[in-house]
Amino acid sequence: MALSKKDVEYVAELARLELTDQEKEKYAIQLGKILDYICKLKELDTQNIEPTSHVLGLENVMREDEVKPSLGQDEILSNAPQKEDGYFKVKKVIE
Amino acid sequence: MELYELKAHELVDKLKKREISSGELTKSVFLRIEEVEDKIHSFVTLDKEQALKNAEAIDKKIKKGNSVGALAGIPVAIKDNICIKGVRTTCSSKILENFIAPYNATVIEKLRASDAVFIGKTNMDEFAMGSSCETSFFGETRNPWDLDTIPGGSSGGSAAAVASDETILALGSDTGGSIRQPASCCGVVGLKPTYGAVSRFGLVAFASSLDQIGPLTKDVKDAALLMNVIAGHDKKDSTSVDYKVPDFTDSLKDGLKGVKIGIPKECFIEGLDKEVESHVKGAMKVLEQMGATLVDISLPHTEYGIAVYYIIAPSEASANLARYDGVKYGYRSDKAKDLLESYKKTRSEGFGQEVKRRIMIGTYALSSGYYDAYYLKALKVRTLIKKDFDDAFKKADVILTPTAPTAAFKIGEKTEDPLQMYLSDIFTITANLAGIPGISLPCGFNKKGLPIGLQLLGKHFCEEDILRVAYNYEKNTDWHKKSPKVKK
Repeated sequence: MALSKKDVEYVAELARLELTDQEKEKYAIQLGKILDYICKLKELDTQNIEPTSHVLGLENVMREDEVKPSLGQDEILSNAPQKEDGYFKVKKVIE
Repeated sequence: MELYELKAHELVDKLKKREISSGELTKSVFLRIEEVEDKIHSFVTLDKEQALKNAEAIDKKIKKGNSVGALAGIPVAIKDNICIKGVRTTCSSKILENFIAPYNATVIEKLRASDAVFIGKTNMDEFAMGSSCETSFFGETRNPWDLDTIPGGSSGGSAAAVASDETILALGSDTGGSIRQPASCCGVVGLKPTYGAVSRFGLVAFASSLDQIGPLTKDVKDAALLMNVIAGHDKKDSTSVDYKVPDFTDSLKDGLKGVKIGIPKECFIEGLDKEVESHVKGAMKVLEQMGATLVDISLPHTEYGIAVYYIIAPSEASANLARYDGVKYGYRSDKAKDLLESYKKTRSEGFGQEVKRRIMIGTYALSSGYYDAYYLKALKVRTLIKKDFDDAFKKADVILTPTAPTAAFKIGEKTEDPLQMYLSDIFTITANLAGIPGISLPCGFNKKGLPIGLQLLGKHFCEEDILRVAYNYEKNTDWHKKSPKVKK
């Protein structure tokens, strides 16, 4: 079942995407199809099954809190679309 | 025979004995690239000048009698989602079109320490999202066996480069089959290691619980050689595992006596191409004749693999790709009036259709009210899929399946139907969900002359088992000796 235009707009807003009307229509149908397919999982009873988020059952990995060399300011800023006085420059945030 | 046609394990000795130089070899590879690259388009970035400089430096080292690394002087192509310091790393996306990596991935540090020579960055589906290499911002890569056909994806550039002799070795990455499926489509060997066997530091993240870097090579022995260099624990990747890395070439010495190969009944299903089926069954016979025992097994939740994957992978991707906001690096739209609009326009103009589609699926699955129904449900079914493998590996040492349900399809055939595209990963996806290693190697050609791939899956950290079976099969067949006739 296709998603509603409102659903598509809501999800796009959450994902910080601006979609054209054409994209909205296309995604409503395609996402609907994909979600229908995914609903196949409802066939399975998983009430007593533990979720797996990491396959090897890894716990938190800790390390000593030591100071080590890291990238310098110039390297960090080298890919910035806009920079000024050693800072990343963005549009005004506070009025 | 040209130098570019040789395998790494044949070249390593010749280089060390100074029968040939890395300079000659690297020039030979670039000559081949100049012959065929405009037809195949395996690469996003090539760096001949730097490659030749590095090759000469290694030749000097050898000449002086200094000790050199395991891959001294061997040209390697790197998928364009793995960072090489000072080199453009684009993920085949407009949003990273001009991104110059400020550091090396751990696998790059390791390859550098082994004295390998980087020749360029290979094309891929944008952010590794795809099975055909068609979603690249830089245009598609073509299959060297048939230029109207896809090379597979997402590591299609690496697979095509290996198949057409544009490189000796290549690295790819595999999140749902992205090394193995292109290897199958291009008739080369592709290995996805166990999750945690190879460091992901410096691999641009797509789905962090599934991604692994691995080799694409001309034969099984080369895959073992490359694994020797890239595997191992890394403090910079907390999900990499501290384990004793074996010499992967050791496992190639053993025969197949006593090896139990599991054949899942869920593999020979409707929708499996008849020619794929008959070649895979042919491979089973060969392995049996060589002393392996075939055992029937069942992986009952295989049919749910794609549904689980297309919740987990896009969910992780939607979080990982949130960083592309046009602030610190990458493309920024110049049409925005305020910061929020800048994020939206940057991402909408910078990402391609498939990436946006997956961000949308993932955001939907993680959004308030749907989390339990989709994401949590998928994680639970992931447990069932992993348990299927645990049970199967009580009866079998390795599991055999086709790599893909069909040979490579035509360019454009599935671009308008994403679900059909996703279904081409049915046999590869479950290995990523369970974290187990898998290898694809050629097991025949269909009537159109396109390669067909055989997949072998092993237990966690048992790459040696699948390499051993793959090597024995390869030794007794000639499929890997065929090369595509790409005309100059």
